[in-house]
Amino acid sequence: MTKEKLMAIPNVTTPSSPVVFNPDICDGCNTCVEVCQIDVFMPNPEKGKPPIVLHPDECWYGGCCVNECPRPGAIEFKWALQHRGYWKNKATGEIHQI
Amino acid sequence: MSTWHDYLKKKGHPPDWPYPVRFEQEQEVAADVLVIGGGIAGCWAAISAARQGLKVALVEKGDTVRSGAGGPGCDHWCNAPANPLSNVDPDEWAEHMADRPYCNGIGIQIQCRENYDCLLELEQMGGKVRDTGDDYVGAEGRDDKTRLMISPRYTRVHSYVPGMVKPATLKSNPENKLNNVVIRVWGTTFKPALKRECKRLGVRIFDRVMATSLLTEKGEQGTRVVGATGVNNRTGEFMIFKSKATILATAGAGSIWLISTELGGYSNMMSRTITGDGTVMAWKAGAELTTMEATGVLRIATGLKHKWYTGAGDASYENVPLVDANGKRLPLPIQGWEDAGAMVPTMDVEQKIREGIAKGEYTLPFYGDFPAMPDVERRATWNLMLGEESTTKIIINTFNKAGYDGSRDLLQSYKYIEGNSLPQWGEAGYGGGLLVDWNLKTTLEGLYAAGTQMFSPEDHSYAAATGRYAGRKAAAYAREIGGSRISREQVNREKARVYAPIKRSDGMEWKELHAGIARAMQYYCSEFKTENLLNMGLGTLQKIEKESVPLLFALDPHKLMRSLEDISLLNYAQIIIHASLARKASSMPLNFRRIDYPAMDPPEWRKYITIKQENGKVKTGELPMAFWGHMKEQYEAHNKDYTGFYKGK
Ligand SMILES: Cc1cc2nc3c(=O)[nH]c(=O)nc-3n(C[C@H](O)[C@H](O)[C@H](O)COP(=O)(O)OP(=O)(O)OC[C@H]3O[C@@H](n4cnc5c(N)ncnc54)[C@H](O)[C@@H]3O)c2cc1C
Ligand code: SF4
Ligand code: SF4
Repeated sequence: MTKEKLMAIPNVTTPSSPVVFNPDICDGCNTCVEVCQIDVFMPNPEKGKPPIVLHPDECWYGGCCVNECPRPGAIEFKWALQHRGYWKNKATGEIHQI
Repeated sequence: MSTWHDYLKKKGHPPDWPYPVRFEQEQEVAADVLVIGGGIAGCWAAISAARQGLKVALVEKGDTVRSGAGGPGCDHWCNAPANPLSNVDPDEWAEHMADRPYCNGIGIQIQCRENYDCLLELEQMGGKVRDTGDDYVGAEGRDDKTRLMISPRYTRVHSYVPGMVKPATLKSNPENKLNNVVIRVWGTTFKPALKRECKRLGVRIFDRVMATSLLTEKGEQGTRVVGATGVNNRTGEFMIFKSKATILATAGAGSIWLISTELGGYSNMMSRTITGDGTVMAWKAGAELTTMEATGVLRIATGLKHKWYTGAGDASYENVPLVDANGKRLPLPIQGWEDAGAMVPTMDVEQKIREGIAKGEYTLPFYGDFPAMPDVERRATWNLMLGEESTTKIIINTFNKAGYDGSRDLLQSYKYIEGNSLPQWGEAGYGGGLLVDWNLKTTLEGLYAAGTQMFSPEDHSYAAATGRYAGRKAAAYAREIGGSRISREQVNREKARVYAPIKRSDGMEWKELHAGIARAMQYYCSEFKTENLLNMGLGTLQKIEKESVPLLFALDPHKLMRSLEDISLLNYAQIIIHASLARKASSMPLNFRRIDYPAMDPPEWRKYITIKQENGKVKTGELPMAFWGHMKEQYEAHNKDYTGFYKGK
């Protein structure tokens, strides 16, 4: 196991990210950065890489970033734990949560 | 690696600010018509002014393509009695809708007369307003000829207020056919279409610019508005706009009573970007406001209550029967064809359900019984309404992806198990706003307002129709009037105010300030109001202004914007308290309760309270109910030249 240098970092803002990027699919086009009315993201300093989530605590959870991404699978919505909805199979009564 | 701390760990340093930093640098822009706020009303205002051939500048805090409450979408085009399927007369319908205390009869009349024209124009611009793909053939309300889809909302009854659901027979609809005044639309297509049209017409769009103040003639309060200032929230650049006419369309104030410092994006029906800026700018310039003492209860809130649609009382949840955990049908209205679009249960029904829960007659949690619906209705509710509504598109997409299937699965309802909003969490902004006349001109020369920015606003199509109307009227004014000089001294004063937070690197961060303001409002201006409590609230807010605002610090242009927003909220909160002090009576429709004046809506207090600043002093006044006069006559007198929907290029 390589030993990682430990940094002193304040508590991470929670929820720490409203979305998850898939770096294999995302080409860093920054469409999501531009459509976000809140400016939750910033472009990655490295061109072609997924944006960086800078202000997760300000997210309005409107989903435009995900809706507008031209590359399916590059960005996925990640509901905060307290926002995850439920449903129930009418026939079996089995409960599911998103 | 996509979170900030990941980046830090990998690189050993935080990322540099991604945009050029231009604090204090100036950019000057001149336009005939300046529109502040690029949401629904603002985009429509810019388009209609540009169609008059004028030079238009549009300033938007986010990016116009998806900004504002209506940016993500819209599924109901409300109050469109001029649509070809309607069974009511537009003027009679407008009067009917305005038969509510403290509404805005001017805006409602404009909406009812012109919003169907807006819809046709939206279609020209590329917005989808009909079932052109024949996806919903057989759905109730779908007209096979026009392919318009009528919503059950308002088909017989209309009221959001429990206990006030009133069936009405209109003269124009004596047989009591369904009113057919609300249209289901594919609103996710709207905002990009509006931005495209703005660009096509040559509107100069300034995205990521937060307007911060209005500029007035000689820099004096109460004089003609001749421009505005702003700050770019990515670069920090200072913007100076000179204009002949200015239209404010920044909506209301989202979270005056509400803030979570960890979930700062919590807001109510409004976008998180909506922080009372326009109202406060106008207030400082000397414009008159009204109904500022009104509050609503928290309704849909992103990241908070009702984020997950729960039925019965949530807009858009049409036609879904609610059942208890054992599948027993609840007597809640379904906002559907069956109950003619009743939006909320009556107090009796609400009471019955609560008692039923306590007695074990109904078992929690409740569910939306999607499987019980006919397939086409289920698809219409799920794919069309929830899919197009706004922030709900992402909900249905993530649910679908996770395996939810409405033909098989019940959707859980959070009504009752999540509890009610705390009574001290009020909602501002759907009540108070700028006072306007039949030209949607405010009480200041050169200043117009549209959409939620006006007092007692309504919804999306109201914002569209009033924006389009204000654009027309402001253009007519701008065409007649000469330019005017801006006051350098006023600009300098504003610059000093705007940049103060970046001169410090410690003190107080914006979230703490916001939380402090919200707490003061929760304590002193909430469910129980008295002269003493309100004065304590005012004192607390003034103390915050004097002691905490000078401590505000902002580390970058984005946080500078948030800091300036808080100062707007602080001013907005003070205006609410001033207005609350002026109303010495309680009022049901204003959701306004004073312990020291408990009588509800006594006849002598059935009037609008107006409020403005004159020479820096707060001055209140009053206006009678329906002060706008005869709606149809006034509208016609002011719009002799109106030519209907746009047929030009
Ligand atoms: C979840 C949700 C669902 C809804 N569904 C419907 C529906 O189906 N039907 C319906 O009729 N209505 C619906 N509404 C309401 C509708 O979206 C609003 O009534 C409408 O957007 C109001 O338009 P507006 O132009 O007044 O405000 P907005 O569209 O919110 O626009 C205000 C704009 O001003 C900008 N702004 C604010 N401050 C500044 C500043 N200082 N400088 C520059 N710009 C600024 C904001 O960024 C924003 O873009 C819904 C709202 C929400 C939140
Ligand atoms: S997530 Fe999508 S929109 Fe965002 S940068 Fe990647 S590819 Fe572009
Ligand atoms: S959900 Fe909306 S506010 Fe949140 S990051 Fe995506 S676009 Fe921005």
